[in-house]
Amino acid sequence: MREFLLSMGYDRWILPALLIIPVLGALAILIGAAAIESPTADGSAAGVVPASAARFARWTALVTFLAEFVLSVGLWWSFDPSGDGWQSLVSVSWISMWRVNFTVGVDGIAVVLILLTTFLMPLTVMGSWTSVREKVPTFYALMLILTTGMLGVFVSLDLFLFYVMWELMLVPMYFIIGIWGGERRIYASIKFFIYTMVGSLLMLVAILYVGFHVGTASASLVPDFSYPDLLARIRVSPIAARWLFGAFFLAFAIKVPMFPFHTWLPDAHVEAPTAGSVILAGIMLKMGTFGFLRFAAPLFPSAALDPTIRAIILGLAVVGILYGALVALVQPDFKKLVAYSSVSHLGFVMLGIFAFTQQSVQGAILVMVNHGISTGALFLLVGMLYERTHTRQISDYGGIARVVPIFATLLTLVALSSIGLPGTNGFVGEFLVLIGAFRTVPYHTMLATLGVIFAAAYLLWAIQRILFNAMDKPRNATLRDLNWREIAVMAPLVACIIWLGVYPEPILRRTDRAASTFVQEVEHGGGVDKSGGSGRMASTAGVVR
Amino acid sequence: MIAVQPVTPFIQRYFAWIPVGDLRIDAAFQLDQLSMVVVLVITGVGALIHLFSVGYMRDDPGYPRYFAYLNLFVFFMLVLVLGANLPVTFVGWEGVGLCSYLLIGFWFSDRANADAGKKAFIANRVGDFGFMVAMFLLFANVGTLQYTELASIAPTALAVGGPLVTTVCLFLLLGCTGKSAQIPLYVWLPDAMAGPTPVSALIHAATMVTAGVYLVVRTSMLFSIAPAASLTVCVIGAVTALFAATIGLKQWDIKKVLAYSTISQLGFMFVAVGAGAYVAGIFHLVTHAFFKALLFLGAGSVIYVMHAAYHETHSHEDAQDMRNMGGLRSAMPVTWVLMWIATLAIAGIPLFAGFFSKDEILGTVFARAQGSTLSDASWLGIPGGALLYAVYGICLVAAFLTAVYMTRLMLYTFHGPNRTGDAERPHLHEAPAVMTLPLVVLGVLSAVGGFLNDPSFLPIVPSDMLGRWLEPVVGAATLRMTRGIVAEADPRMSAILAAVASAVALAGMLVAVVRLKPAALRPAREPGPAETGIERVLAHKYYVDELYDRVIITPTVVLSRNVLWRGLDGLIDGLVNLVARAWRWVGDAGSAMQTGETGTYAWVLVIGVVIVLGTVVLRA
Repeated sequence: MREFLLSMGYDRWILPALLIIPVLGALAILIGAAAIESPTADGSAAGVVPASAARFARWTALVTFLAEFVLSVGLWWSFDPSGDGWQSLVSVSWISMWRVNFTVGVDGIAVVLILLTTFLMPLTVMGSWTSVREKVPTFYALMLILTTGMLGVFVSLDLFLFYVMWELMLVPMYFIIGIWGGERRIYASIKFFIYTMVGSLLMLVAILYVGFHVGTASASLVPDFSYPDLLARIRVSPIAARWLFGAFFLAFAIKVPMFPFHTWLPDAHVEAPTAGSVILAGIMLKMGTFGFLRFAAPLFPSAALDPTIRAIILGLAVVGILYGALVALVQPDFKKLVAYSSVSHLGFVMLGIFAFTQQSVQGAILVMVNHGISTGALFLLVGMLYERTHTRQISDYGGIARVVPIFATLLTLVALSSIGLPGTNGFVGEFLVLIGAFRTVPYHTMLATLGVIFAAAYLLWAIQRILFNAMDKPRNATLRDLNWREIAVMAPLVACIIWLGVYPEPILRRTDRAASTFVQEVEHGGGVDKSGGSGRMASTAGVVR
Repeated sequence: MIAVQPVTPFIQRYFAWIPVGDLRIDAAFQLDQLSMVVVLVITGVGALIHLFSVGYMRDDPGYPRYFAYLNLFVFFMLVLVLGANLPVTFVGWEGVGLCSYLLIGFWFSDRANADAGKKAFIANRVGDFGFMVAMFLLFANVGTLQYTELASIAPTALAVGGPLVTTVCLFLLLGCTGKSAQIPLYVWLPDAMAGPTPVSALIHAATMVTAGVYLVVRTSMLFSIAPAASLTVCVIGAVTALFAATIGLKQWDIKKVLAYSTISQLGFMFVAVGAGAYVAGIFHLVTHAFFKALLFLGAGSVIYVMHAAYHETHSHEDAQDMRNMGGLRSAMPVTWVLMWIATLAIAGIPLFAGFFSKDEILGTVFARAQGSTLSDASWLGIPGGALLYAVYGICLVAAFLTAVYMTRLMLYTFHGPNRTGDAERPHLHEAPAVMTLPLVVLGVLSAVGGFLNDPSFLPIVPSDMLGRWLEPVVGAATLRMTRGIVAEADPRMSAILAAVASAVALAGMLVAVVRLKPAALRPAREPGPAETGIERVLAHKYYVDELYDRVIITPTVVLSRNVLWRGLDGLIDGLVNLVARAWRWVGDAGSAMQTGETGTYAWVLVIGVVIVLGTVVLRA
């Protein structure tokens, strides 16, 4: 398979193609919908999209996302798990006077997260097939643009490009929440936008500083934003490293979100339409943890290993795990419950990353994937229920397992995977994080393990109040069970839940090298010696130019 | 396998499940003498209970779902037992917990059932926390989680009685107290009776709840070098055995009596494996599976018949309350005889199954008190020897109470006048054959199962068969406990101890027969005399549920809701919004200055110039 893919130059065009295809899809939708709309524009009120245009938009989006997924699957094989350095590397000059390049490439972490993205997107489109009714073409065009931004973050190997992609994904999500959201959507979307923006602006300052200081102690006139270059040649004083790390930390910590920077999340999640929640939880929350793995810790290892900074991050991670779980326990709104559970789950990821062991880091990557699948599935299920009843309040349900058995089975299964039941994906990730982290930070890990108990408490209590108990709300007696489209949306997710629980080895094999490189970079970089250089610095030296 | 008696276990490795760095967890199963015994219990008793369920669940609309869950349970239970390393065992461990959850809440429309299922899962999760931390400790310090490797590495790598191995074992024990319903995590098991009765027989009596006992034996290479932890196992077992037996004295629900009885009997098993009597522990696990499954299925038959009778008359009386039973022996003679066999077995009347296994436990504890690594160790400052004598004493009292509450159950259910109701009485009859047949098989096993491990002082069949069978698995650990001495118990002493235990059991039954008056009992609907003092405490199960509710559950919810969510989260969010609003004030202030009046601007200009000049002049 790998030979076949390489023979058609797959690794040379795939990453740019993945970034461009969604943009083309978005353009096609907007132009096509406008063309369909225009003849009838005189008769219909402004903003009302004819059904044919909506249908065109949906199908185009679905086909684009499916094509994107099919194309990206090649990465699974074309990526060489034992290979050093960045793969599928493409670099072209972009803004030459600042030496900004369009440099993209992947390591194992990126491959896994790219596939998670391309896998979730078609499902989100199918999941919002009937729930989005207004401004349909715009909605799907924004989803496609958003995808380019998200994939761009994962593949960027140029800090400038990374920043552009980072901000690019903010805008469509802002509109998705603000236009198609719930009642308090304006408040939620502005809060989401500004909060994230504050963090990323500080990061921009840090990126500029790093770009102008690469290799020398004083600022040079021509910056260099090439990430492989920076990784090999960055020289900053420990104090500067601490400030720079702090700026990156703020941007990423808000995105994760880490306690106490999490309060935008419940609002954004609750108000976002189903598709927005799925993408937000499933993919965008990983941007923060990905940023720590890719940039913050490897660039500033002395800061990442600084006892005080590490104590703060690990402390916040553990607090997040327990706090998120406890607050989730008492939420009356199911979407809010899932939102707080995300705070808890992402705490595990942060614990795994900053424990700096092979197991914990690979576990963290796996938790990122698992959280995308399981929480994505939870939000899809909540959305399906919401579409029928227009309420997210747990107390509005009860005993519905009798009338919607398929829904009940799926919700139970997904909840169990979120709880981390062995045999499902959730267990493997959490277990790896904890068993790895225990080697370096045993007391934090023991506290974090308590989160496993609370997770069972909040989810089982919630599904009991939704699915079980007596059916005391008459209007629930006529609920329709899932239709074929909805089952088709859930089936791939359920398959992944079982597959990654029973046989996670394929993913672990692909992230092995990236995780060990990460641990080495941080641990060796934390000391004085930076001359050795790890594989991916050496292999890409000179490629960019 | 019986023919060859291999010394090394048979291990089948399928694929690398979680391979990361130096952590290698294989999907692998291990069949050895120990897992084989337990597998046979699971499949044997499991098959009988499946058969019984065909009759019991016949009219239930959830019939297919029931059998799907039940078979899923058997799958996970076999994974638990056959796992070749701790994580694979953990898969089964949590998997059976899931099935237990699903089956307890099988009739989920009733909130109490759904509550009970959730309670079981969460209590077990608390235990699983211990299981997980034990795995983390082992991996961080020993580097492996595989049983065969642990057996070869642990005894040399870990200091005997050292803090590490003791900590590991105590965390494992926490896991075991969850699964096997011991203090402090036993509270879920009585509530678990909300599930269908065959489920109670299979999961909550014969198989799943004994997983903790199995795990201690499976990890005996660790427990045998951690005397303090082993003594803790003993103490927890003994206290639980007594504690649960006292509660069993005052319950009216026939299944609740059996539930507390199960907790109490599991306590006996914990005493055994804590004292390093691994064979005795597994022996009692097997015999208990026979007679307790029989008791539950017998109770199931009774409930089935009672329920059918009340159903006929559209009555809503409680079909599980013993006050509504009485005199059922004439209506259900087969069930009556079989349940008496099980009662004699659990009480420990000589030659019935429970006599042999319970006697072996008591005898070994007594022997360990006289000389072993346990008697040399100390536990919270108490010498191990004295502690084990105390454990022996507590177990004798618990055995006495066992005889009392079981006889009470039999008397109230089957003897005396019938209290079901005049309209219902004609509808009471024996359960169908598909239900009584498994009972008969279990009855035979309860009667003669004890000869599996016949003691040497009673040479009826070849003695010590189970002991010799399990020797390759637990022999080394047992020897370590006895300081390398192959302890051949003094037959005279053993006989005396057996006589004492039998006398205690008989005394218990006698006390119950003399003191209890089934004839004076009133049906549940008629208010009986108010319970006072200790009776009331027992009837309310020492108020432990209420205690946990007040001390743990309610404070957690209140803390989460009022302090964390509404308090802290609101505060953090308020601060975030305050910062945002502050910028707006800055903006407002800025725009307020832009008055558009030249006069104002001029004044500001003048003031500014004065300040700047003033500063410069003063500096100079």
